Amino acid sequence: MAETYIVNTQETPAGIVPQITTDLRMSDYEGTFKARFNISRMDYKLAPRLYAVNQPDANSVVLVSANYKMSFDYLRKELKKIKAWILVLDTKGINVWCAAGKGTFGTQEIIRRIQETRLAQIVKHRRLIVPQLGAPGVAAHEVKKASGFSVTYGPVRAQDLPAFLRAGMKTTEAMRRVQFTLFDRMVLIPVEVIGHLKYVLWGLVYFALVSGFAPGVFSWEKVLFGSSIAAVFLFSGLIAGTVLLPVLLPFIPGPAFAWKGALLGLGVFALLQWLLAGIFTSTMLSILGWALIVVSLASFSGMNFTGTSTYTSLSGVLKEMKIALPLQIGGFSLGVILWTISSFI
Amino acid sequence: MFGHHYLKNTTTLQYDPKKCTGCMMCTLVCPHAVFRMEGKKAMIQAKDACIECGACALNCAYGAITVRSGVGCSAGIIKGYLSGQEPTCDCACPAEKKKSSCC
Repeated sequence: MAETYIVNTQETPAGIVPQITTDLRMSDYEGTFKARFNISRMDYKLAPRLYAVNQPDANSVVLVSANYKMSFDYLRKELKKIKAWILVLDTKGINVWCAAGKGTFGTQEIIRRIQETRLAQIVKHRRLIVPQLGAPGVAAHEVKKASGFSVTYGPVRAQDLPAFLRAGMKTTEAMRRVQFTLFDRMVLIPVEVIGHLKYVLWGLVYFALVSGFAPGVFSWEKVLFGSSIAAVFLFSGLIAGTVLLPVLLPFIPGPAFAWKGALLGLGVFALLQWLLAGIFTSTMLSILGWALIVVSLASFSGMNFTGTSTYTSLSGVLKEMKIALPLQIGGFSLGVILWTISSFI
Repeated sequence: MFGHHYLKNTTTLQYDPKKCTGCMMCTLVCPHAVFRMEGKKAMIQAKDACIECGACALNCAYGAITVRSGVGCSAGIIKGYLSGQEPTCDCACPAEKKKSSCC
C-alpha cells in the first residue's frame, strides 16, 4: 500500500521518524469505503512504528494506536493542530478494540514497541495515551513496571481527543461510554450481508437443482422459476437478519439476538406471503417449509450480529446459542425437507 | 423498554471490595459504566451491562476483580468450537480472512 500519509521526515535522537499529514485524501476515503464493503479488509494495514504529527518535540504527547489503516485515519484526522507522536502497534491490521480482546493490542506489544522505537530517547516525559478500548489487552501497571511509561486511558472515540487533551488528559463520563448509534450500526451492514452471502448462494444451487428435476423431467424453465422463488425467500431471510436487525436493533423486543432475528424473519415472511399470494399458488407444505427456512436464516444471521455489536458478552452469547443454534439448524433442515417433499408431490 | 439491553444475570464478573484500594481504574476502563466510586471504594452499579471484555480485571493491580473474558460473538464461538479452540473472533488470522463477519 502506498504510504501517501507520509509527507516528510523528522530527525530525532533515536533516528529518523516519518511525519504524517492530518488531511485525508481521496485514496484514504476510498480505502475506508472498500474496507466497509469487505474488500481487502484484512489487509488494510500500515507499518507498526513511531510517526510524527505537526513536528512534535520531546514534550509532545504519545498516542498509542493500532496498525489498521481505518483506525489510523480516524485518529490522525483529529490531530489538526496537535503536536503528537503516534506509536502504532502491530495488531495485524485489526482495530484497537478487537485486537485488545485478542491480546495483540496488548501489554507485551506496547513494551516491545517502546524499546524498538527507543521512545525513551525521543520524549522527556514518561506517559502514553492509550485508547480506552485498548484496555482489555493492556495492564497499565504492568506497562509501567516494565517500561517506566505510565498509561493514561484516553477517550473511546478519537474525535474526543482534542477536548481530552485540553482538559488536562481527563476523560468525561461521556467520552468513556461506548455507543451504538443508528449510523454506527448502518456502516456495518455491508460486511454483514457480504459475510453471509456465500451460504445463501450455495443454498440457491440446491433449490435450483431440485426445482429443475421435480416433479418429472428436467427443464431449465423450472430451474429459473424455482430458483427465482428460492432467491426471493432466501434473500428476504438474509436481509431480515443482516439489514433490518442492525437498523431496528434497539426497537425489537427481547434481548437475545437470535430471537430478534427470528421475529424479523417471521415478519418478513408474512409480508412476502401476502405480496406473493396473488402471483402463484403454493401448497401448505411448501409454505411451512419456506417459513421455517426464512425464520431460521434470519435468526442465525441476526445472531451473528452479536459479534459486531458493542454490548454483548461471551456468557450471554453462549446462553442464547445453546437454545437458538439447535433450533436454527433443526428448523432450517426441516424446512428444506418439507419444501423438497412438497416439490415432488 | 427500548435501547441496548442484553441478557440479564449472565456475567461472570466477580468483585471483592475488600481488596479495593480506590484507584478508580475500573471506572476509567469500563466502556459500560459497570463500576462507580462510592466514597473511597469502587462498587458495581450495573452488573448486567458487563460485556466481559476483561479490561477492569486486567487493569486492577490489586486483584479485586475477576471475570472470564472473551468475545460475545456467535460466529467466533462456532469457529472456536469447530476448531477445538477458545472462542475467538478470528479476524486476525489471515487464513480465515474471507470468513469473518465479526469485529
